[in-house]
Amino acid sequence: MPVLPRRPAWSGTPLLAAAAWLTSPLTADDYLGLVDPLLCARHPAGRVVAARPETDDATTLLIKPGRGWAGHKAGQYLAIGVRIDGALHWRTYSLTCPPEPTDGLLSITVHAAAGGRVSPRLAHETPSGTVLRLGPAQGDFSLPDPPPPRILMLTAGSGITPVMGMLRTLAERPPTGPHPDVLLLHSTRTIRECIFRDELQAMHRQLSWFRFVPHHTRPGGAPSRHLTPGHVAGLCPDWREREAWACGPEAMLQAVEAHWAEARVTERLHVERFRMAPFLPHDSDTSGGRVRFLRTGVDADAGTTVPLLEVGEQAGVAMPYGCRRGLCFGCLTPLAHGRVRDLRTGEIHDEPGRLIQTCVSAAAGPLALDI
Amino acid sequence: MRASGAESDLPPHPEWTEALGEELDRLRAEVIATRGEPDARYIRGIITGQRALEIAGRIALAFSLFPPAWVCGTLMLSTAKILENMELGHNILHGQWDWMGDPAIHSTTWEWDFLTPADAWKRTHNHQHHTWTNVVGRDRDLGYAVLRMSPEQPWHPAHLAQPLANALLAPVFEWGIALYDLEPDVVLSGGRSPRHLVDDAARLAAKALRQLAKDYLLFPVLAGPSAVPCLLGNLTANTVRNIWSHTIIMCGHFPGAVQTFTEAQVHEETRGRWYLRQIQGSANIDGGPLFHILTGNLSHQIEHHLFPDLPSNRYAQLAPRVREICQRYGLPYVTGPLLRQYASTWRRILRHALPNR
Repeated sequence: MPVLPRRPAWSGTPLLAAAAWLTSPLTADDYLGLVDPLLCARHPAGRVVAARPETDDATTLLIKPGRGWAGHKAGQYLAIGVRIDGALHWRTYSLTCPPEPTDGLLSITVHAAAGGRVSPRLAHETPSGTVLRLGPAQGDFSLPDPPPPRILMLTAGSGITPVMGMLRTLAERPPTGPHPDVLLLHSTRTIRECIFRDELQAMHRQLSWFRFVPHHTRPGGAPSRHLTPGHVAGLCPDWREREAWACGPEAMLQAVEAHWAEARVTERLHVERFRMAPFLPHDSDTSGGRVRFLRTGVDADAGTTVPLLEVGEQAGVAMPYGCRRGLCFGCLTPLAHGRVRDLRTGEIHDEPGRLIQTCVSAAAGPLALDI
Repeated sequence: MRASGAESDLPPHPEWTEALGEELDRLRAEVIATRGEPDARYIRGIITGQRALEIAGRIALAFSLFPPAWVCGTLMLSTAKILENMELGHNILHGQWDWMGDPAIHSTTWEWDFLTPADAWKRTHNHQHHTWTNVVGRDRDLGYAVLRMSPEQPWHPAHLAQPLANALLAPVFEWGIALYDLEPDVVLSGGRSPRHLVDDAARLAAKALRQLAKDYLLFPVLAGPSAVPCLLGNLTANTVRNIWSHTIIMCGHFPGAVQTFTEAQVHEETRGRWYLRQIQGSANIDGGPLFHILTGNLSHQIEHHLFPDLPSNRYAQLAPRVREICQRYGLPYVTGPLLRQYASTWRRILRHALPNR
């Protein structure tokens, strides 16, 4: 569940602000949302107007955002809330549309993860008309305005999605006047798995300032050859002088970061990670895990049966607490990433952003708490 | 079982209470495993119904110079306020619907049409009362720091006035709870800093201003020629809600055979014993489905105290099974029709107004 920005009850148009005095402690939005969820700005929502298959397991959803949508910058992502069995499941996706799309529709591309609970549903079973909840746009992986004169984009797999949002934004700039020179190196396993392939090839043909260099790690079942920093130097000799944006699997990002650091041009590199894995402390010997308290900046070992509340308190973290029995919900703390186990039921929770009861939850592997 | 208000008999066999605890844990796990779309539909339906009822009530009261509109409007607004406080506010603030992952229906974001701010109430109610249910000296809800409800509580001549105090409290219950949540008694005894009291009072004032302005200034003004009947309708609705919630809540822990406990009894209490105390310290009220909804399912007080974070719409299904478990373990399961439970609560208030014999 994303933490929504706290809006004062009197935000919005003057009329709605005045109406808030009549609806207190609710807002006029809470009533408007009963007519149509898209009218509720307090809990932003969007309606799927079309689903377009991109590859066998990737689908682009076109979403009409409601009143609460506050806009985004090219390259940012948002949390999408999908209702499954009565519960909203939140997942983050990169926005692939420009900040002010001409048709007014937001687009995201969902890759159905094998065995996943949420993404296959979104990719394959989301009929037009489905209402999705929208978290605010987030992330600083975005293009500055004006964009730098020379750009290198390094992507792999679904790492193309935030970059696609940037490319479409650049393509909307007026053709006259200076235009940044953009080189995209994009790696996928096979040609078939390359999302946006046709569009990227068309852009490559039509736009003088854009070059698209696809790379396939397993063309026709050949042994794997990943895109390496060596390739980058060969394909883009001036990589050191370019402002670079990279998004893809962790191994690739680590190699890229090391390469840029070696050349002492780290300040030119912008990286986006879908999985927050690198923030997790390394697994310890116990079968519980190490816990990172993100805001406090403390790490601690946690056993499988020790409540995280106690782990935090012993590590000197000012943990919120209450009944210490799982009754009062006074200890709710957001899970940033990782897995926790409910000590009463054995239920596993692993959704980033979920508020967990630390007094009855223990580590089920390494994890990070947003406190 | 001993006479009402007596100390609890502690069962001699810890294994027995732990077995009870395991059975109840299994019931809880069963509900958690089956929570789903029908439950979500239920709470969304109540929210929609409540808001529609409130709008309809407000509109009718805008034309309340016409007496039938006043009656309908007041009735609808009273019902809306009761639903809002009890089936929605109380239960959502308990975290019963947090599993839906919906920021719009969540214990951390919900605010209710009741004077006391949600955060203050979550502290005194969810944490203190539900953890220390009916423990003399720890559960401030045991008489709300004003009434003497158990022979273990020391008697003071002021308690002679408690029947009057309780009768006067009912129509202004939301004020009583708001002041109670400031915990002035705890601040006086040094258990909470005066700084907290000042902060809490400021938050209460800010909220009370909006709540009072809405019901007693803005809607009456908008009603134009119907201003006075509209104001009276709003006052009636708030009062009806206050008397109703006071009645239901007083019947939750005080009728007849409900027991109280000493701190020594809950020392190093296990999960099984905690469950046992919740059963012995709570009382249900019999009634039909509509009655249960209007009490916020607090008519299933026993089930609520065993499983305060399970969705309220499930208590009715759990009740016969909890009752069967109680029968098997020879435990009391205090329940009865509203009138009987209410009369019994009053008898307790009257009895403890006088010193112990």
